[in-house]
Amino acid sequence: MSTLVEIRNLLVRRAGRPVLEIDHLSLEKGRVLALVGPNGAGKSTLLLVLARLIKPERGDILLNGQPATGLRDRDYRRRIGLVMQDPLLLDMSVYDNIAIGLRFRHVPGLESARRVEAWVERLGIQHLKTRKAATLSGGEAQRVALARAFVLQPELLLLDEPFGALDKKTRTELLRDLKALLPTTGATTLFSTHDDREVNALADSKIELADGKIHTESSV
Amino acid sequence: MLFNNPDVLEITLLSIKVSGLATLISLLIGLPFGTLLALSKFPGRSVLLTLINTGMALPPVVVGLAVAMTLWRSGPVGGLHLIYTPAAIIIAQVIIAAPVVTGLTAAALQALDPRLRLQLLGLGASRLQMVLSIWREARLPLLAALMAGFGSVISEVGASMMVGGNIRHQTRVLTTAIVLETNKGEFASAIALGILLLLITFLINFALTWIQQRGSKR
Repeated sequence: MSTLVEIRNLLVRRAGRPVLEIDHLSLEKGRVLALVGPNGAGKSTLLLVLARLIKPERGDILLNGQPATGLRDRDYRRRIGLVMQDPLLLDMSVYDNIAIGLRFRHVPGLESARRVEAWVERLGIQHLKTRKAATLSGGEAQRVALARAFVLQPELLLLDEPFGALDKKTRTELLRDLKALLPTTGATTLFSTHDDREVNALADSKIELADGKIHTESSV
Repeated sequence: MLFNNPDVLEITLLSIKVSGLATLISLLIGLPFGTLLALSKFPGRSVLLTLINTGMALPPVVVGLAVAMTLWRSGPVGGLHLIYTPAAIIIAQVIIAAPVVTGLTAAALQALDPRLRLQLLGLGASRLQMVLSIWREARLPLLAALMAGFGSVISEVGASMMVGGNIRHQTRVLTTAIVLETNKGEFASAIALGILLLLITFLINFALTWIQQRGSKR
């Protein structure tokens, strides 16, 4: 299996203190990796570095074997999908929220509509399309946030505690749906979590971070 | 009777033109500058924000004095012959309104969740697309900034009087005309002009509020 992303010799400091130090990490194409560890272990920082939203002090990120520095930030980010713990939807309709990343990429209207329709159906949110984002429940909003990332057909999908803000019932339902959907996307996925059930349900392998370093790396 | 007077029509149109242009220029300065202050971190940013916030309370008469000294024939740019022209009033009103629009723009954008910017960039937005998206997200307070900017200049009298000179058919606007009529003891005319000024302010703010609230329902 080939490598999609490789991290080498990475160091991120905050206020002079190292918060993430990774000598080497490979993400194989199509695999789902869980990122576990206590609060402050560096999980979100790693995801934001991989999204090129935090600049490391040093280190290389290789995408398909090529240094990612050859790509502009925007062009690099247009190959990824990012979902945070809070959905962070915009004050517009559900449909427009899901399509926004496609608009940023100037995807033609028909193609954009086709992709949005496909994903609202797969995530069971067709009935919400015309609703304003502000009227959604937490679970509905997170489904919209996932659809917004999936329609982009990302090579790398980064999920930062995507179930963290949901109640138990909603979390169970969304976990069940995501378990069925993730393998169909072909995206290499890295998600952070505190919950072993999410690791067991979704991940092929897990990385445990502690104090900004990889503590263990194991198959699930 | 007052409303059939061509002089009244002339000064009303001049008031709208001068204050409208000053607000537009202030928006062109304040929106990008306020955005820069809200989204960027650089040395001296806090000092700059404090100066802008202080500028929001600039007394128009002090602005008028400074602009008059600058544009005066013997002043640094006296050769441009701008003193006692509508352009001089616009310059003074921009100095009054630009800090208002800048400060309220910065406050509106700082009130948004800072993670929203990261999320938009993470969705592949260019810097421009990110800024346009957060402007859209903050459209209600940004329209309020525009209204506050317009309100600060349509109602000011000190600067317009000092740099415009209240010259009939040239620089007389509603506020300076009200002062003139009051000084002449023509209270009925002054009250009528005052009502006209209030009516114009109401209509323009009504239109902006309608746009604002329509935006909030979408």
